Amino acid sequence: MGEFEVRSSLDHCVKCTVCESACPVAGVTELFPGPKTVGPQAERFRAGGHSPDLSVDLCSGCGVCSRVCPHGVRIAEINSRARAELKREHGVPLRDQILARPGLMGRVARPLAPIFNWALSNSTVRWLGERTLGIHHLAPVPRAAARPFSSWARRHRSLQSDRRVIYFHGCSTEHFEPELGKQVVRILERNGFSVLIPKQDCCGLPLQSNGLFEPSRRYLTRLGRQLSAVDGESLPVIASSTSCGLMLKREGLEILGLRDRRLVGVSERTYDIFEFLAELREREELVTDFSPVRLTVAYHAPCQQQNQVIGKPALDLLAEVPGLRLVEMEQLCCGIAGTYGIKREKYDIAMEVGKPLFADIADCAPDLVACDSETCRWQIAKATGLTVVHPVEVLYRAYGGI
Amino acid sequence: MSHDVVVVGAGLAGLVAGIRLAQAGRDVAVFATGYGGLPLAPGVVDVLGYVEGPVTAPARELPGFLAAHPDHPLARIDSGALAAACRWFLGLVAPLGYQGTMERNLFLPTAVGALRPTALVPETMAAGDLTQGGSVLIVGIQGCRDFYPQLLAANLAAAPSPSGSRIEARAVQVALPGNVGSLRPQLLARRLEQPQVRAELAGLIRSELAHEERVGVPPVLGLENAREVWRDLQAAVGRPLFEIPTIPPSVPGIRLQALLTRSLRRVGGRLVTGASVVGGDGIGGRLASVRVASAAREVEVRADHFVLATGGVATGGIVVERGGGAREVVLGLPTTAVDLQPDPLSEYFSPRAGDRLGLAVDRLLRPVDRQGQPVYANLHAAGAIVGGAVPWREKSGNGISLATGYAAATAILGELN
Repeated sequence: MGEFEVRSSLDHCVKCTVCESACPVAGVTELFPGPKTVGPQAERFRAGGHSPDLSVDLCSGCGVCSRVCPHGVRIAEINSRARAELKREHGVPLRDQILARPGLMGRVARPLAPIFNWALSNSTVRWLGERTLGIHHLAPVPRAAARPFSSWARRHRSLQSDRRVIYFHGCSTEHFEPELGKQVVRILERNGFSVLIPKQDCCGLPLQSNGLFEPSRRYLTRLGRQLSAVDGESLPVIASSTSCGLMLKREGLEILGLRDRRLVGVSERTYDIFEFLAELREREELVTDFSPVRLTVAYHAPCQQQNQVIGKPALDLLAEVPGLRLVEMEQLCCGIAGTYGIKREKYDIAMEVGKPLFADIADCAPDLVACDSETCRWQIAKATGLTVVHPVEVLYRAYGGI
Repeated sequence: MSHDVVVVGAGLAGLVAGIRLAQAGRDVAVFATGYGGLPLAPGVVDVLGYVEGPVTAPARELPGFLAAHPDHPLARIDSGALAAACRWFLGLVAPLGYQGTMERNLFLPTAVGALRPTALVPETMAAGDLTQGGSVLIVGIQGCRDFYPQLLAANLAAAPSPSGSRIEARAVQVALPGNVGSLRPQLLARRLEQPQVRAELAGLIRSELAHEERVGVPPVLGLENAREVWRDLQAAVGRPLFEIPTIPPSVPGIRLQALLTRSLRRVGGRLVTGASVVGGDGIGGRLASVRVASAAREVEVRADHFVLATGGVATGGIVVERGGGAREVVLGLPTTAVDLQPDPLSEYFSPRAGDRLGLAVDRLLRPVDRQGQPVYANLHAAGAIVGGAVPWREKSGNGISLATGYAAATAILGELN
């Protein structure tokens, strides 16, 4: 669905309010009038890009509205575009300019990892960060890794195999969670794949969600080029970051209106890691000699994973791991929505959205929490005090740490 | 992907079919473009509310009504299916304290103060039955959106109850401390989950109460623990107390939707929304698979059995073509539509040719072709997509969805066993 179809889908809105009944943000604050009101309803007042009010900025972009709309209206996508127009009119604060470039942040922070990590755990620094930049002093922030994933990847000699895949690891794996990337590679190799890891940069999702469409388009087009055919062969692209994977699969085409041929090709071949493994399992090609993992794990499928419309393959697949007690969480959203809940003026809303999930996790009293999306992991870890991992890590353990 | 059963559509019919099949141990996946209409509706189950006039005893009225309408969905299925489905449903939604029978309709106030004949209702609404008339205090909460106590009271008092006795209704508006501006019922419902907020509300209601026997309030008595909130408030007020639904979104409907989707998950069923089913492929008289639009591509999902519960014209399961004719959108199944030429002279509410538009089905709810033969031996339809009813006139919509969802599951289980 392209740019035109996204906007014209609002003609299908019958103002039924299903989206408003499900919207996590509208469910906790009266400040946000709800997805229907700021989307299909306000859109008719946005002639020439001028937005009637600023409330669309309180949309977290979680996408629940589009997913529950019975008439297929692309509400979240319409609202994302409206937010970009709003930002064009009113400007983008320095804070958002920074948060929107995690790759840049990582490149600056990682060489200084000890200092960066100390600073972000220091309450005075955080207080200053809130006063000067507007980053809430309690908001979850990642720890920079000592070495980037790519330096491991460059040295790593992958299995030689006819079956090849491209791994799209994303900024978070590169700068903050390189272990996740190594586990993904080893799991794929265990299943007989040669894993190619081309040089790659940011997908532009944080830029898009902060209303900076032009640089976002440049970033994503560049990434499309970086992940394109290797040796003229169209290989599957495996993503372990669900939000960045969704950016490749759909959001770049729908929200940013990109038509780049290489990007479209990559988009069609992009798989979430568990989606890919589940397809292997379906064809009885998945290695399933799992060792017992005697843990209780609470699994939360994050919004952008659900927006891929692939069900919950991690849940299905991990159900086969002996000894593992996997408990599915039923709440929709943890509140963080990428960079949304980090911002001073949105932090309280994000925490209120996440409250029922945090309570359910506490009730479950798990050894570990598993969640496919990085910012959600950081949010849940901060809010619950528990260790939160990508479900890949649980699978990795089931493979005996390979 | 493959499952024992794939259900298309997540309204009441799809969820009922999915839950029942998953309860029976089947591997069930429900795919839906979005949620169904549950969050929009008051969460009650109408079975048969109007024939010529209001129906007081649906169980008594149904045999004659169905004999006169042999193509009605409830006439197609086993005659005991509706009652069995109602019993099963009451057990399923016991956490919300649903009550009622098909023997007697309750007459509950609607958002505008008309009386709605309905069979199964949540505990939080049951005391609103005005079949015998009575005196009611309608309490509005300042700032609570979509609830109009004066309008409600005036309309309730304007007409006699079904038994002919008088309804006396008085409206008051109370203000909760700190409550300014406009508040969505959902947010107010969350606030009332706090005991001190409902204690405050109870105090305000008590101070307004005169001789009224009962108290009607907006549907804001909690989202997660409505029964507890309702019981508490009623005890503190000291009179029977009931919720009156608002225009959409509807808190009681949201509660029912949440309970049903949770029930599906807890018996091992999968619900995938945002997942439009865009087509299907048959082999040898059976539907082999459907195609689901995922974010990046279409995915083929195979199953032994399928339930099609995508809704009727109002929700897009069937599309009326310009210039007459209609098509079923997912599989291109034949519909009952013959002539949909609009009659410009007819009254807005007068019967139209397309009123009963839908799929023609056999006794196992399988869509049939023009010769009356099942299109696919393993495809069953449920809910508003089944033709032959005029649910908005009969007040039978949720009853049809419940009964056909249940019966579709029965048919599939019968075939599997």
